[in-house]
Amino acid sequence: MRNISLLDHELIPKHEILATDELQTVLNHYQIDKEQLPKIKSSDPIIQEIGALEGDVVKIIRKSQTAGEGLYYRLVIK
Amino acid sequence: MDAMASIPKRVGEIRFGLLSPREVRKMSITPIITADTYDDDGYPIDMGLMDMRLGVIDPGLICKTCGSRAGDCPGHFGHIELVAPVIHVGFNKLILKSLRSICRNCSNFLLEPQRKNEYLEQLQQLKIMGHSTDDLVNDLFKEARKTKVCPHCNEEQVEIKFEKPSDYIENGEKLTPTEIRERFENMSDDDVRLMGMDPSNARPEWMILTVLPVPPVTVRPSITLESGQRSEDDLTHKMVDIIRINQRFQENREAGAPQLILEDLWELLQYHVTTFFDNEVSGVPPARHRSGRPLKTLTQRLKGKEGRFRGSLSGKRVNFSARTVISPDPNLSINEVGLPYAIAKQMTLPVNVISRNLEKMRQYVARGNDVHPGANYVIRADGRRIKVTDVNCTDLAEKLDIGWVVERQLQDGDIVIFNRQPSLHKMSIMAHHVKVLPYKTFRLNPAVCPPYNADFDGDEMNLHVLQTEEARAEAEILMKIQENILSPRFGGPIIGGIHDHISGMFLLTRTDNDISKNDALDLLRKSHIRQLPEPAGYRDDGEPYWTGKQIFSQLLPDDLNLEYVAEVCFKCDECDRENCENDAYVIIENGELITGTIDEKGIGAFKGHIVDKIVKEYGSTKSAEFIDDMTRLAIRAIMRSGLSFGISDEDIPKEAQMHISEIISNAEDEVKRLIEAYEARELEPLPGRTLDETIEMKIMQKLGVARDKTGDVAGNHLGLDNSAVIMAKSGARGSMLNLTQMAASVGQQAVRGERIRRGYTGRTLPHFSKGDLGADAHGFVKSSYKSGLNPTEYFFHAVGGREGLVDTAVRTSQSGYLQRRLVNALQDLEVQYDGSVRETRGVIVQFKYGEDGIDSTKSDYSNPETIHSIVKSVTGKEVEQ
Repeated sequence: MRNISLLDHELIPKHEILATDELQTVLNHYQIDKEQLPKIKSSDPIIQEIGALEGDVVKIIRKSQTAGEGLYYRLVIK
Repeated sequence: MDAMASIPKRVGEIRFGLLSPREVRKMSITPIITADTYDDDGYPIDMGLMDMRLGVIDPGLICKTCGSRAGDCPGHFGHIELVAPVIHVGFNKLILKSLRSICRNCSNFLLEPQRKNEYLEQLQQLKIMGHSTDDLVNDLFKEARKTKVCPHCNEEQVEIKFEKPSDYIENGEKLTPTEIRERFENMSDDDVRLMGMDPSNARPEWMILTVLPVPPVTVRPSITLESGQRSEDDLTHKMVDIIRINQRFQENREAGAPQLILEDLWELLQYHVTTFFDNEVSGVPPARHRSGRPLKTLTQRLKGKEGRFRGSLSGKRVNFSARTVISPDPNLSINEVGLPYAIAKQMTLPVNVISRNLEKMRQYVARGNDVHPGANYVIRADGRRIKVTDVNCTDLAEKLDIGWVVERQLQDGDIVIFNRQPSLHKMSIMAHHVKVLPYKTFRLNPAVCPPYNADFDGDEMNLHVLQTEEARAEAEILMKIQENILSPRFGGPIIGGIHDHISGMFLLTRTDNDISKNDALDLLRKSHIRQLPEPAGYRDDGEPYWTGKQIFSQLLPDDLNLEYVAEVCFKCDECDRENCENDAYVIIENGELITGTIDEKGIGAFKGHIVDKIVKEYGSTKSAEFIDDMTRLAIRAIMRSGLSFGISDEDIPKEAQMHISEIISNAEDEVKRLIEAYEARELEPLPGRTLDETIEMKIMQKLGVARDKTGDVAGNHLGLDNSAVIMAKSGARGSMLNLTQMAASVGQQAVRGERIRRGYTGRTLPHFSKGDLGADAHGFVKSSYKSGLNPTEYFFHAVGGREGLVDTAVRTSQSGYLQRRLVNALQDLEVQYDGSVRETRGVIVQFKYGEDGIDSTKSDYSNPETIHSIVKSVTGKEVEQ
């Protein structure tokens, strides 16, 4: 039914599902388990739009006042 | 035991519930049956309130239960078997709700079995999800109360009324605690669950007490008065009352006393148990001590600001601290704090005696506790503490040996922590080196006032003496003043010149002072400079002279290069840079001030570019030295000519005054014309504004311009030879606006950004006609502070002034609460070595601190263009913007 894409909105940063190998490098870099990442609910509209499933990790590219572009990773949970 | 204690344990869950009678008996070491405490020999009576099995508080005695001494024995509970059940006051509300939602006959929850199952399921669901069940349980109570006939036994339900303090009335008759307890006892486990309770931890009948735990004596220690008499704790008194009534009740019942007497006694028992728990229940007269003072019972111990939670657990108190008034001493280094002798003699620091300091420590001890760097205590190798006195000091000094500890008095150079409340940022607590001085105040260099936000109008500050080497090392490296010159808030210096330092530097470097050799040496006398540079020239009589810029340059590092625009800059359309006619473009080459005036932008706290550059390029020790020297030089410079301000400094010539009144009357005429246009409906409204708003805005704007113009006129007549102008332009104190208000015109008074309109209907004061829109009727003050305000002006000024006061009062309380919430939310976050921000479980909050991973104290005022100056310093070429 939806005919607009949330990602087109100026205030919504770019979200993408992280590939497994990329996820591994991120987890290795910070030396953490997946559970130690920040979380996002699977019911979140943007998660539903990009079709991420529970247990996936999404990579978020945000505009940042200080750094121009900031990277963020969030684990999709129930 | 020690090995066990060091293993950290994790709290898995906390279970809350009610104490069951069985549990009370199980944890009890003995029943308490007599109300007497001690026998004639002063020995505690067995099974009395002071039974030795309940724990010990007197030193030397051994606990009969655990065998440990006072201090180690945690205390043990006893219990009292109540002859008749009584209600626990804390649960009155819940008891009422429960009574109303169960059947008076069969004790079933007043719901259809099917509804019950539905609700049970929902409760289960909520519990799994970890949500609160409170709302659902409340709905349940409400629904059950509406049921008029029990669905299980068809018994008709009667409304139950609650009467203070703890009576439940059904059909006009009081329900006895026994009856209530019976009803609760008959409830099934599932029905208990419906009430939001877990039947294994909390059954409703446990809200009616049949057995009362007796707190250990450690909870209610008795004190021995000087007369040798024992004075018991309030709780003990209360327990005595309970036991007495309990016994009387039993005796009367066994003797077959009439029901009426028994009921009275029962009520009395209820009263004593109630006040034992809470002595401030509404509807119950508080139990009093013989002297008439209300007793402090269990609830009173926990509740409120001085209660166990806010007073004892959250509030910490410390030893080794001192507090007194602060006052300034510009001759101290910024790293120092002046400590009165009286305090230095009281405060100590432990020193372990080793072979290499044995002799030295002997000297401290030998001086005793009254000659300044002395010692107050020594601790022998066996741990015994001995006070050093005049009598035993020589003796102790002789006996002093390796392995002892000497508690030595504070002396010059010791590191201490200094703090001023409110401690809003990390610079509110910093480390200083001690300098012991006479008199009774803490002395500090005025340059460190900004981080503490201190002044000397009676402020007091706290000082703490660090007791371990680790703490002292940490304070030295992290907390010393010089390590906190840069504020992480804006990446610039928060310590630098203030007030007179800025005025002094301005006077010194502004004009080409010619300074004789004597004066030059005097100016630099307090700094570390020991040599004068080549003189700038020779006077006609052959005497050499130096310029102020040269003198200042002596303090700068030899290879410092810096360029910036000074505070005095007039913001001309085109900048002449080094040829600036106002001497407002500062160029420092190889540590030499070539052009420009040193003012707030150079050496001020918050804005000082030179201080900033020196910290970032030459380190903290060098900067502390620079600030010390610079402030001393500035003070000598300001004393050379002196800087004072008096009422005559606000004088402006007659023609200027006329010019000012002309400007104001012109503005008033313009306002009058605007009003005429408005009344003739000729005024065009501004886009998006009503006509009323438009005229208000236009009037405000006209009067604002007029005030500025009068300020300019006054400013033109008060040149840079006026001390107030010097202070305003150099950024030392005050502004040109302040000066305008003093000399020319105070201007429009406003409430909430609008002209003053409140007061009587249609007018602000009865001095004006209704509907007058004129300037003077709405708070325009055309007088200056010097000329004096007329009565209406004075009134409007008070109206506007009050808003400012209310604003500050409201803002501080609001921002304080905001800060508290922020700190509570963020206190456990930590920046890790990899730059990520994590909380205690290791969950990442931010992948890179601030998204760019930058420590703001290491960036130039958080300005990304810092790179330009770095490139310039390396290549020597200006970077194209």
